[in-house]
Amino acid sequence: MIQLIAFYLFAFLVIASAAMVVFARNPVHSVMWLILAFFNAAGLMLLAGAEFIAMLLVIVYVGAVAVLFLFVVMMLDIDFAELRAGFVRYLPLGALVAIILAAELVFALGAWSAGGIDLAARAAPAVADKSNIQQIGELLYTRYIFLFEAAGIVLLVAMIGAIALTHRQRGGTRSQKIAAQNRRRPDEATRLVDPGVGQGMEL
Amino acid sequence: MTGDLALIWPELILTIGGLVTLMLGAFAGDRQVGLYQFAALLTLAAAGAAVVALSGTDAAVFSGTLAVDGFGGFAKLIIYGASLICIAVAPRYFGAAMRAEYSALILFAALGMGIMASSRDLMTLYVGLELNSLASYVLASFLRGDDRSSEAGLKYFVLGALASGILLFGISLLYGFSGTTDFAGVATAMAGGIDIGLLFGIVFVISGLAFKISAVPFHMWTPDVYEGAPTPVTTFFASAPKVAAMALLTRVLIEAMGAAGPALAAWQQIIIFLALASIILGAVGAIGQKNIKRLLAYSSINNVGFMLIGLAAGTQQGVEAVLTYLLVYVVTTIGAFLFVMQLRDADGRMVESIPAYAGLSKRQPGLAAAMAVFLFSLAAIPPLFGFWPKYLVFEAAVNAGLVPLAVAGVVVSVIGAFYYIAIVKTMFFDEEAEMAIRSDGSRTEGAVITVSALWLSLVGFLFIPMLAAAAQSAASVLF
Repeated sequence: MIQLIAFYLFAFLVIASAAMVVFARNPVHSVMWLILAFFNAAGLMLLAGAEFIAMLLVIVYVGAVAVLFLFVVMMLDIDFAELRAGFVRYLPLGALVAIILAAELVFALGAWSAGGIDLAARAAPAVADKSNIQQIGELLYTRYIFLFEAAGIVLLVAMIGAIALTHRQRGGTRSQKIAAQNRRRPDEATRLVDPGVGQGMEL
Repeated sequence: MTGDLALIWPELILTIGGLVTLMLGAFAGDRQVGLYQFAALLTLAAAGAAVVALSGTDAAVFSGTLAVDGFGGFAKLIIYGASLICIAVAPRYFGAAMRAEYSALILFAALGMGIMASSRDLMTLYVGLELNSLASYVLASFLRGDDRSSEAGLKYFVLGALASGILLFGISLLYGFSGTTDFAGVATAMAGGIDIGLLFGIVFVISGLAFKISAVPFHMWTPDVYEGAPTPVTTFFASAPKVAAMALLTRVLIEAMGAAGPALAAWQQIIIFLALASIILGAVGAIGQKNIKRLLAYSSINNVGFMLIGLAAGTQQGVEAVLTYLLVYVVTTIGAFLFVMQLRDADGRMVESIPAYAGLSKRQPGLAAAMAVFLFSLAAIPPLFGFWPKYLVFEAAVNAGLVPLAVAGVVVSVIGAFYYIAIVKTMFFDEEAEMAIRSDGSRTEGAVITVSALWLSLVGFLFIPMLAAAAQSAASVLF
């Protein structure tokens, strides 16, 4: 019973906040609603017994992706009046996309009720007595260890690429040189002069 | 698992060598070109030696995700060799812009290509391909101050990401309808009949891979990227990744889809279409090109089409012909691009326009003669070695009953010869151009050009028995 209530709560909130993502006038608010949607989707995943995906949703999507979105949105220079214009002009196209999505949903539901694709022959059948985090971990670090390491190198290459393409040594920056500061002796930095009365001094 | 590690020495060496090169660049500074270049070249040589030492092994390692066999070994040797040359010629071209990342990225790309050539799982395929592609995108825009280079990199990246998406979609369909990502498992599922889902999977996977080998209609990026990318990078694009993607496509078609039964009929017609479209568009598109790098890009599209003719046969003979073709093509194309890199105008800038080559034979007889060898070889004029793999490809197609395809190939080959010979005419018979161009006199490049030109003239024919034996033992792994 409690699962049922939880499910309906999460499901309702996912849909409601997803709708608010679309309808919110302010893009920053949209991102906030998106984060709420992610959280509720994570709750749904938890109910379905996929703890790992639930964690991923919270850590990766809320922790990283949504915050990144937020930064991007906040940096945009948005003209809100222009945002609202052209609603009628784009309505037919938008309605078309909406109809297609709705039709797809109906198809998907029909396919699902007719039975999914037979995955009985898949390489890694699910084991009943282990949590799915353990199962994914065992597969990832044994059977697919080579791919896991190779994927690490792919990320390394991406990092090298980003640095190679954007890093540049800029001239004219005044960075602190601690060694040079420590090497400095009083006689290099100060000068004792004895100006005569009324003569002033030259620097 | 530890036993498996002993079988992936080439990959381990490349990974460690790439990291060492990167560290040398970071700590010794980008000015120490000799130091990190030496590390990178040594790494590739060691990886090649490891491949040779592992020859004769035929094993599936890491729970069947990676194959260590003769087919992968053959492809890896060509890939590592081409990468080695592309690293060796780079410092002279880049000059002060040379950085250790170039060598390191080529090493990581070579690692990815090695994984591609020896994958036996759809996921391995994708990881290897993506490793190679990511490094390639960065290499294409390596001269970041240069507009053309940046444009080439961006274009390559956007279209490459699209191709990756198409490929992944195909992979997910194949996985969904066969229940496994293992090549052998997919082949088993295919043998039981091909439903619409598997068919779509085949189409999307082939489309994604056709982008990497730049087969028509997925070739649009090729001329722009080849023209814009720095010439050593273009040399790299035209050689090593072509070998890797071709080897990968061969493996997917033969191992994952099957060389017999319903799957053969399904993929064969796609490959035949790609082959015909590539040879025709490659030959026609090259006519009228004024930039030598663009022209060589169309030439590579054209040559890929001929390789696909061999692949369309779907027989062991066809695969042997493809492997032989790959080796000869890589030698020719590296030679031709090094020729382009050699020629400089009075200010030391590269000369890429074909009309500027007019009368080159009077100033640089040796270089012009070498280029003539490369061009005649690309055109497959009989006494030159380029004729041999084309003959093998046609023979394989005829033996597989694809006579019309072979005939079309011969006809288009003649049309294609036109633009190669037009360049030879420009170099040898036209009035000398006003702009004085000369060779920059690099010894490394000169040596590579000399050796490849000699090999492609008559010396190559001496290697036919050896080459045939190597290709035969490599291709036999797949059947």
